[in-house]
Amino acid sequence: MRLRELVNSKELLKEWMIEKLIWICGISAIFFVFGIFFFVFREGADYLLRGFKVTEFFTSIEWYPTSRTQVRYGALALITGTFSVTLLAMFIAVPFGLGAAVFISEFCPPRLRESLKVIIELLAAIPSVVWGFIGLTIMNSLILNLFSAPIGLNVLNGGIILALMSVPIIVSIGEDALKAVPDSYREASLALGCTRWQMIFRVLVPAARNGLLAAVLLGVGRAVGETMAVLMATGHSIRIPGGVLEPVRTLTATIAAELGEAPVHSDHYQVLFIIGILLFSITFVVNLTADLVVRGIRRK
Amino acid sequence: MFTSTKNTQRKKRQELIAKYLLMTMTLLIILPLILIIFYLIYQASPILSVDFLLKNPIRGMRDGGIWAPLLGTIYLVLISLLIATPIGVFAAVYLNEYARESWLTRVINLAVVNLAGVPSIVHALFGLGAFVLFAGIGRSILAASLTLAIMTLPVIIASTKEALAAVPVAFRQACWNVGATRWQTIREVVLPNSISGILTGVILQVSRAAGETAPIMFTGAVFYKAIQEGDLLAYGLLDQCMALSMHLFTISTQVPDVPVALPYGTAVVLLGVVLLVNALAIVLRFKIRSRKKW
Repeated sequence: MRLRELVNSKELLKEWMIEKLIWICGISAIFFVFGIFFFVFREGADYLLRGFKVTEFFTSIEWYPTSRTQVRYGALALITGTFSVTLLAMFIAVPFGLGAAVFISEFCPPRLRESLKVIIELLAAIPSVVWGFIGLTIMNSLILNLFSAPIGLNVLNGGIILALMSVPIIVSIGEDALKAVPDSYREASLALGCTRWQMIFRVLVPAARNGLLAAVLLGVGRAVGETMAVLMATGHSIRIPGGVLEPVRTLTATIAAELGEAPVHSDHYQVLFIIGILLFSITFVVNLTADLVVRGIRRK
Repeated sequence: MFTSTKNTQRKKRQELIAKYLLMTMTLLIILPLILIIFYLIYQASPILSVDFLLKNPIRGMRDGGIWAPLLGTIYLVLISLLIATPIGVFAAVYLNEYARESWLTRVINLAVVNLAGVPSIVHALFGLGAFVLFAGIGRSILAASLTLAIMTLPVIIASTKEALAAVPVAFRQACWNVGATRWQTIREVVLPNSISGILTGVILQVSRAAGETAPIMFTGAVFYKAIQEGDLLAYGLLDQCMALSMHLFTISTQVPDVPVALPYGTAVVLLGVVLLVNALAIVLRFKIRSRKKW
């Protein structure tokens, strides 16, 4: 009898330990997100609290981190760089991505749909460094030939590459959103004599509005955070671009390009971590919004 | 009899235009990429051979093969896999089997979504700050793998959750009714029945980890490091290593006068590894779907 109790209590102890372990793993994601913020903040905190000039950072385009006479950390040109490339990418990716989502979910015969979805999934898997390489070689020579642009990399190149990278996300999440609209909506509008196109435009798109918006937001998140592709495909000129055929440098590319050369714990190194905090905050807000928007539909 | 009026004809026309317009858009996304991939393979074809895979880069990375970066990538992927899989699977088990709908689960799900959305370069900063400097591991395969593991955790959590949710509740109830505890049920019934779905997630994690560059750039990957050719154990856990993705970046942007085929060859090998691994996950998923017993 006593032996049995002992065995039972041992079993119970084991179960209790495993459940605690599972619980710890379960909440680990929260720790990791906080950890990321904490450690990135920690590396940049010293300078952020000591000598960081917020106004200069956001309003000056003078980024001279290694200047001997006067070091300046104005990130406006980098911020504009990120936004110009993202904007151009979304200008291309949103219509094409949503159009493809509508086609795949509403017009496509089922067999073709499966294969298209597989292809889109494979496109999403292409590593960003390969995208960057494509931009550097194939896309660059195409753009130089087609637009007789000045030699070198430019916003257009980075924008197209980023668009191609964010399209798979927009398509797959957009398609999910359209699929989540109940079939009764489709049947009702078709029964009223709508064409498929009218049904899509007047019924499905308004009904799936939130999901489609979330798809676009996640595409934006991906484009803002993308590093290697823009590092390799947008050129390295730190200034506000006057047109799509001029080179820029983005926030992400700046970190990747300069962190290797900045001495650990120098001001320059800490400013790069402050840019990291900025990027983290931007994507955090974008993802949070996307999530809230998606929850909005589910509750309905 | 029903005759088509002008209005219905117009509507029909409109519909056809819409359909073909959308189809063209879809094809415009897909076709150029397929062409690009073929072009990459075409440019790489003169150099692709078994020797290319098994020889170290030589002459300042302007010649030779990709053995050292290939082995480095395999190390990084396997070690990050070993770290991320148990945490990710257990996290999914918690979310699907234990947690009730509450603010905590909401926060966890939000954290997972955000973890997936954090830019890769911020993961790199985190890895540098937390593992390399704070934990004192230094720039090494271990630090880089830890960074990759945290970055790819959401992939495993998401697909494991999906796999667990596909196991019918009746299976669990049957198990509880014969007196099994929660964990016994999970171990003996839930996990075995969802193993192929979990495997899909693991495979996707591999493909993601193999392709990443930014997170390993400052945490453990180096431009160049010669290792013994053919020796599978050439790297140690605390060594720095080369990696395929980093190597492609280096030879296409940092090293002048590299023969054209060399970066193309590296790109094709990297792309091939990632796409093959992904295709494996997709095949596996179709298999599960067609073989479902319930």
